[in-house]
Amino acid sequence: MKKEKQSVDRELVDRSFFSRVEPYLYLLPFFLGIVVFTLYPVVNVVLMSFKEDYSYLSRSFTQWGFGNYRIVLSNRYFGQAVGNTIKYVLLVVPISTCIAVVVAYLLNQKLRFNALFQTAYFLPMVTSVTAVGLSWKLMYNQNFGIINYLLSFLGIDPVPWLVNASWSLPALVIFGIWNILPFTIILLLSGLQNIDPQYYTAARVDGSKSLRIFFRITVPLLAPTIFLVCIVNTISSFKVFSELYPLFSGKPGPFNNMYTVVYYIRKAMTDRKYAVAAAAAIILFLFIFAFTMIQTFVRKRMERRGQ
Amino acid sequence: MERKFSKFLIYLVLILGAIIMLLPFFWMFTSAFKTTQEINRFPPDMFPSHISLNNFQRAFAMAPFAKYFVNSVIVMVCSVGLTTFTSILAAFAFSRLRFPGRNAIFSSLVALMMIPFEMLIITNYTTIVDLGLWDTLPALILPFTSSIFYTYILRNFFDSVSDSLYWSARIDGSSNWRYLWKVMVPMARPSLTTIILLNALASWNSFMWPMYVISSDANRTLPWGLQVFTTEAGSYPELLMAASTVVVVPVIILFLFARKYIVRGVARGGLKG
Repeated sequence: MKKEKQSVDRELVDRSFFSRVEPYLYLLPFFLGIVVFTLYPVVNVVLMSFKEDYSYLSRSFTQWGFGNYRIVLSNRYFGQAVGNTIKYVLLVVPISTCIAVVVAYLLNQKLRFNALFQTAYFLPMVTSVTAVGLSWKLMYNQNFGIINYLLSFLGIDPVPWLVNASWSLPALVIFGIWNILPFTIILLLSGLQNIDPQYYTAARVDGSKSLRIFFRITVPLLAPTIFLVCIVNTISSFKVFSELYPLFSGKPGPFNNMYTVVYYIRKAMTDRKYAVAAAAAIILFLFIFAFTMIQTFVRKRMERRGQ
Repeated sequence: MERKFSKFLIYLVLILGAIIMLLPFFWMFTSAFKTTQEINRFPPDMFPSHISLNNFQRAFAMAPFAKYFVNSVIVMVCSVGLTTFTSILAAFAFSRLRFPGRNAIFSSLVALMMIPFEMLIITNYTTIVDLGLWDTLPALILPFTSSIFYTYILRNFFDSVSDSLYWSARIDGSSNWRYLWKVMVPMARPSLTTIILLNALASWNSFMWPMYVISSDANRTLPWGLQVFTTEAGSYPELLMAASTVVVVPVIILFLFARKYIVRGVARGGLKG
């Protein structure tokens, strides 16, 4: 009798020990990847950015300090990269958002062939930037490209899209807008679908015209979503890089004139200046961090208002 | 009358926009079948004069695209499989199991999501080199076996399942492990489909990371192999377009069948992610 009770007790103890360990067993494979490839790199990149004269081969450095940041901030290509990146963001984000608001509004009408339209507008989201970028490169061709051919109908002379320094940014921006549109449209479309249809019914009873409804009801009610989309797109546009690669055959523009921040990091790494690359990556992160904070702040306010 | 006219305008705008969105694909597919003479002609021909697979054969002869294709599939299957497995386990632990600091740890992980991959690349590159994995396929898989984002999506779903289901299963003597795989995972099939699709697309199109860690021909995946091919075939855009078509077509077919899942995942993850 006594023996039996003991074994039951032990079973209970064993089980509670197991149940205490069990969660960690579930978390182990996940954290293995996170610790090695996310957590450690975050800590390491911050430390590395302060190691002056860091040598990759010997892993040695002369002293701690802001030397790498000074190198980055005084480098003329980094200055150019920041300028290009900011111009890119300021052009791509507002233009793509305006187009996307209109397209999302139209797609939200009860139309025939809606599935077909959605497929057409969303397709660039899933296809490889490298592959479609090469197609854009061919379309941009000054002499044989279809874009200059189509522009010739409007009486526009052939544009030297990819071979002239002043046209590289517009070429990258147009490709970038096309590339980011599907994502933007999808987010705005889901924002539109969350608007209470009662607003529209009320407006129609009042006899409002559709254009008036669009500007007086749809856009204001969609404003919080529009704002969040802008922030998310700003963050992703700050990282512009993969779009650049196929257009200019892996070079930063025809005359080294199209450095972006991420391209600069890439360049520093191929030059084996890892600590300099780390400092540039931290600067990129600070930009992204600022916009993420704005995003979190706005979302908290939206949630408080119950939207 | 006015109504009909505005409907007509809506369709006109949408069709024109759709043509612009599809133009790069149209141009890629038709150019993939053109001859060198046809592609260097102005005004450009809209369609090739005749259909032949000649460009595809030449592209495949110049670079091992079949090998790239197989590599892409291997990397995609392994990293999607492993990520899905680790995400299911972690999401379940964060949603259902009890351990000290659970919510604090999870919030810190969510905050980590804003770290751009560009910032991690420098250290991950040196880690891969130190592990002796530089220029191997595992270099493309190992850094992508855990994802905070997919774990976050799955935990949200697990949280929405009612407690009573769990406790009645436990009272019936089911272990956590059994409950997770027999009850939760089948229920989470829509969420799982979404994260598997998003993950597969990201893996298939991945360009930047392979560029850093893969150098030899035999280990390239499709996008990086395609980019390298441009230096060899730069003067033959029709071959580049044939190769690009090979990269893009599988994804387009997938998208035609799974559009709803992909769009839903993007809509949900985009703003909350």
